[in-house]
Amino acid sequence: MGKLIVENKTIVVPGETLAEGMDYLPGNGTYRIGEKILAEKLGLVNVDGRALKLIPLAGRYSPKINDTIIAKVIDVTLNGWRLETNSAYTAMLPVKDATAQYIARGANLTAFFDIGDHVVAKITNVTSQKLVDVSTKGPGLRKLAGGRIIGVNPYKVPRIIGKQGSMVSMIKDATNCKITVGQNGFIWIDGEPKEILRAVNAVRMIDENSHMKGLTDKVKEFLQVGGEAK
Amino acid sequence: MSNDQKQHMIKSFKQGVRFDERGLEDFRKLTISCKPSKTAEGSAVVKLGDTEVIAGIKMMVGTPFPDRPEDGVIMVNAEFLPLASPDFESGPPGIDSIELSRVVDRGIRESHAMDLKKLCIKKGEKVWIVSIDICTLNDDGNLLDAAALAALAALKSTRFPGYDGEEVNYKELTDDKLPLAQEPIPVTVYKAGDVFFVDPTKEEQKNVDARLTITSLGDGNLCAMQKGGEQPFTLDEISKIVDLATKRSKDLRKEIDKL
Repeated sequence: MGKLIVENKTIVVPGETLAEGMDYLPGNGTYRIGEKILAEKLGLVNVDGRALKLIPLAGRYSPKINDTIIAKVIDVTLNGWRLETNSAYTAMLPVKDATAQYIARGANLTAFFDIGDHVVAKITNVTSQKLVDVSTKGPGLRKLAGGRIIGVNPYKVPRIIGKQGSMVSMIKDATNCKITVGQNGFIWIDGEPKEILRAVNAVRMIDENSHMKGLTDKVKEFLQVGGEAK
Repeated sequence: MSNDQKQHMIKSFKQGVRFDERGLEDFRKLTISCKPSKTAEGSAVVKLGDTEVIAGIKMMVGTPFPDRPEDGVIMVNAEFLPLASPDFESGPPGIDSIELSRVVDRGIRESHAMDLKKLCIKKGEKVWIVSIDICTLNDDGNLLDAAALAALAALKSTRFPGYDGEEVNYKELTDDKLPLAQEPIPVTVYKAGDVFFVDPTKEEQKNVDARLTITSLGDGNLCAMQKGGEQPFTLDEISKIVDLATKRSKDLRKEIDKL
């Protein structure tokens, strides 16, 4: 019978033994050497039955299928756009997945998305060689106009969104800002300049304090007192 | 950054709201630490918010230029290390690092900050060569001002190495300082749309249309300028910029004077 060495939700360091024996299965962020399962990254252990998973505390974004990301156009090619995704890999947005509108052969593609533009896109495919395909056809997927884009730790994105989007809608309501959160750690915020600052400060606070308990209440209080910088 | 976001920044700046809640004419927190390097004759690290630059001074004995047999030599070299920013590549110096080193060089040279005659050991044969090396450690905008301040602070901390007429003894430094007569302080004023501001972060600097670096002395005289960016300035704008730069240089001078 295998033995679990660490408890659920503990913070482990790379190389730390999580479990012994073949009964446990190594998941994301863990690996097996002989009988042992070891941690690959610094993060929180998640024990789900026999499967061990590790949620990293920090790191680069790695593209995943069906993620909605905010990406920047870095090149316009013959058949689409190349996007920068805040990860080690760029993404390809083919013309046929860009818009429902008819695009004539040889049309000027910069009229739709130009270099430097930011778009909200959904990852449609990631190959084993990490070739990433995205689409901007679908609800909420669009080109971003105006506003400010900030970067946060991609692993804190779920905390920023909150359960069923509770955290982000709280910030939206308190600041009257439009906010779009990309899974890759880019966040787009638009509204009145002063309100944007409050929203940015709230997001930064979540980014820094995501491990704390009762974060929702803290953010609520933070937004009520005016969201001044620390 | 796209044009849309630039318009947004300008709109925000017009209401006096900057991306990190400073005023348009405020610098970030400046910290200067001297002599971080044990092997250089002088060195300094300057932090301007998250921007960080290190400057080091090496003193060598060499032959003067034939047309200036009595003058010491100043050399400024700047390197944008790839660790400072994802935009910097290793390899031969790029156009930006050449510009930066030349702006720093011009500030020190044209202000006559150092009395080069005093660096002469034997006319036409031996003079001190002062080599100023600048490395960026982290780029969060406004490298120009940070680098020039680091060079100045490093010059202030420099002590001559021992010299017996034959060889330079780098192991033991003397108490002699460099003959610094002036302290040139640079302030770069940036323009986006029709707003003017100083000390941008990297996010803000991406949207800049034009910039003007003004290097001024303690008595208020200007000694060097450098314009960058694609947009022009009008005469009125330049006098506005000079006023702003001299005002801000007084604050920076206080920090330099503390050293």
